[in-house]
Amino acid sequence: MNRKLLGLVLLVPLVFLALFYFYPLGAILGYSFFGTGTLDLSGFREIFGDPYYLGVLWFTTWQAALSTLLTVVAALPAAYIFARYEFRGQTLVRALTTLPFLMPTIVVAPAFIALFGPRGAVNSALMNVFNLTAPPIQLLDTIWIIFLAHIFYNYTIVFRIVSTAWTNLDPQLGNAARMLGANKAWVFFEITLPLLMPAILAASLLVFIFDFTSFGVILILGGARLATLEVEIYRTAANLFDLPLAAALSLIQIGCTLVLIVVYTGLQARLATPMRLRPRAITRRKLERAGQKVFVTLNITAMLIFLLAPLVVLIFESLDTPGGFGLGNYLALNENVRGSATFLPPTDALRNSLLFASITVAVAVSLSLLAAYAITRTKRGGGTFDAVFLLPLATSAVTLGFGYILAFSRAPLDFRAAIWLIPVAHTLVALPLVIRSIVPMLRQIKPNVREAAAMLGANPARVFREVDFPIVTRAVLVGAVFAFIISLGEFGATTLIARPEWATMPLAIYRLLGQPGLANYGQAMALSAVLMLVSAVAIALMERVRIGEGAEF
Amino acid sequence: MQRFIIILVLGAAFAAAACAPVKAPTAAPDSPAPQSATGGAATELVVVTHDSFAVSEEVIREFETANNATVQILKSGDAGSALNKAILAGASDPLGDVFFGVDNTFLSRALKADLFQAYKPTGADAIAADYILDPEFRLTPIDYGDVCMNYDKQWFAEKKLAPPQTLEDLTKPEYKGLLVVENPATSSPGLAFLLATVGTYGTGYLDFWTKLRANDVAISEGWEDAYYTKSTWSGNGDRPVVVSYATSPAAEVFFSDGKLKEPPTGNVLGDGACFRQIEFAGVFRNAKQPELARKFMDFMLSPRFQEDIPLQMFVYPVNPDAKLPDFFEFAETPKKPATIAAKEIEANRETWIKEWTQTVLR
Repeated sequence: MNRKLLGLVLLVPLVFLALFYFYPLGAILGYSFFGTGTLDLSGFREIFGDPYYLGVLWFTTWQAALSTLLTVVAALPAAYIFARYEFRGQTLVRALTTLPFLMPTIVVAPAFIALFGPRGAVNSALMNVFNLTAPPIQLLDTIWIIFLAHIFYNYTIVFRIVSTAWTNLDPQLGNAARMLGANKAWVFFEITLPLLMPAILAASLLVFIFDFTSFGVILILGGARLATLEVEIYRTAANLFDLPLAAALSLIQIGCTLVLIVVYTGLQARLATPMRLRPRAITRRKLERAGQKVFVTLNITAMLIFLLAPLVVLIFESLDTPGGFGLGNYLALNENVRGSATFLPPTDALRNSLLFASITVAVAVSLSLLAAYAITRTKRGGGTFDAVFLLPLATSAVTLGFGYILAFSRAPLDFRAAIWLIPVAHTLVALPLVIRSIVPMLRQIKPNVREAAAMLGANPARVFREVDFPIVTRAVLVGAVFAFIISLGEFGATTLIARPEWATMPLAIYRLLGQPGLANYGQAMALSAVLMLVSAVAIALMERVRIGEGAEF
Repeated sequence: MQRFIIILVLGAAFAAAACAPVKAPTAAPDSPAPQSATGGAATELVVVTHDSFAVSEEVIREFETANNATVQILKSGDAGSALNKAILAGASDPLGDVFFGVDNTFLSRALKADLFQAYKPTGADAIAADYILDPEFRLTPIDYGDVCMNYDKQWFAEKKLAPPQTLEDLTKPEYKGLLVVENPATSSPGLAFLLATVGTYGTGYLDFWTKLRANDVAISEGWEDAYYTKSTWSGNGDRPVVVSYATSPAAEVFFSDGKLKEPPTGNVLGDGACFRQIEFAGVFRNAKQPELARKFMDFMLSPRFQEDIPLQMFVYPVNPDAKLPDFFEFAETPKKPATIAAKEIEANRETWIKEWTQTVLR
């Protein structure tokens, strides 16, 4: 491979990262540690001298590990079904699974409490059936509701990444083993699972980082007594304004993630096996036997109930108006009752959200393709790049937000109130997911196909276009959907958006919930329902407009 | 080669960030852009504020027309974050011209950062002396409101239980497990409520919180979560008493589309049970449009703007001449809210929050 070209390919995403991640991060760390002119490391002393912070670190780690394990176990059956079977409504169901990921915690929390709370549907049902006088399930403010919420939010990551890899897995390998006398379990544990391992690891790493840096779920559902590092960073930075301490905590969070990424990249590079990928026409079959139908139906039903019940509750509440059931909340959304100057019609919020999401998809997918290509084509050092692109995910939003103020509100980079910082920030968050869904696929392409093409006279660009690109389209699609939903649901970066007229849907929902009154609550729920509906339609459309079956391989 | 590039690019970024001078908030020479004459292009005034800021469109239009200006409102997070960002951006090149929304719990932090210029707006003389916490008028009070506990009237009626009256009541066995408060480390009403307990019990405030904890108090991260998720009034929670604002019951009537004739919730108004928050505004020291900014300060104290405040933000105007909207008849004010001097708050805020966290959460 032409090393100069490889360098150029890498340069673009690296410059992006350097400018919009490392520069503001450096600015805030510099301000925190050198603010007084001399190096101030009191933050670290405070952390390591106080058993409380070590406790927080330990809690953050074990809850993230267990949440990740549970999410993988919960999502594997559905990943298998979507990889191996074809049935009606598949695209729609797949689109529906992404919805939890983009819902703001502040609207999901009331729905969770309506289901699992002391006066919730589950407890009421149990009390009726078993004639109990007290609610039997106490989930609120416990670790269990955190697990449930983490599975709810991150299910789609495991499901999508693993099912994409599974779809391309050659079933002939398993069939051959069966013919030679292996039983189903043996085939799964000795063939399927090892081949899927890179994808499962990739998904697990992402889920772990999301759980490790979990914020809203812990704060709202876990109660104030359970705190993750991210929560502590927010408290110290935003409210105590103790920047040396917050910066030290941030660095510890980044450091922990970095260690994890290094372990992971080592594992993944060892596990990836180049193999023949198969088109869907070969790997998937229709549901024929009754047993298969029952298995698939049961699984899909359970999945949909778990993922959609809170969302259904939410729609139910959006229809509940002071005057009974109706569309009142939806109709009221566009009315600027108080003639407020900062009122934003929901149609505008929707337009902003979709605009930012489209830009994010375009930028994130282009940058990720370049990065993923360079990562997989580099023999040594690939892991370094891999790790570098994951770091934004591990960085506290409030820390980075302060960094943006320091870095971009003065010459020469005076970007204050610049609208385009929003898709930039969204891209920063989306990059790791998009790269992660592309890299494992690229690793599986047989190098000899590329070499053959090059030998026959194709230049590197043509090799990419003819050999690599058709193979990665499916992975790119998964990445695009991730970029899209990240942008739609993103809230942390919205603190960068100072201009009310450019607010996104989640921001509009938060602002409605900032005031007392049932009408505001109902409208927030209605706006959430609109966000869900539009997202589901957009994602279903994206999945339909995939490149024709023949061009896939 | 690739390693070289990665090291080069990242190194450059870090170096650039590290070398960028972290400007101490020193006063740069004041060089305002020349004011455009009437009839010329409109001058832009940038108002930096928090997410809860609201004002009527027609009120802003009036100011714009009268001064040939356009008002750009920049919202940068909750009250604490908005101020922190303004401090980080520094005084020499501020984020805008006017800052609205420093409250008395953060007043000293804002003054210490030396962001604002002294300007006593027209109409400031009419403001009650209690609200003027900065005699130099770098920060001028604009509105005030009380953080109080709201209780669900229907819940208490059904249980045939008298609603609590004082802070002390909440520690009694009959009110066990009924209260939800916001975490003072993450929430502005939460901090105000903590200050109410400090103002009432003084150094003994932690004993009160120990009793409250034993009485199963619930802690929420923010007001939204406490009010809409954990309280019974939202329909899903199990806490009939929630720390909110004294005007929330009135706002419930206002936002009910005429369905509610009287507030569904009441206030716990006993002495020291509430804490008064006062909100301030100021002109940035190096504002690009200092003249226009000062005019905006005058405008914010004028009856036009002041009468718009309760309607938009559910707090009281500091101008005693401003008329209140009709639905404020449902709003109640505590006779004796707890008070603490701003200086004392600034000196002890972090300690109180840390001690509270230690006592209530761990």
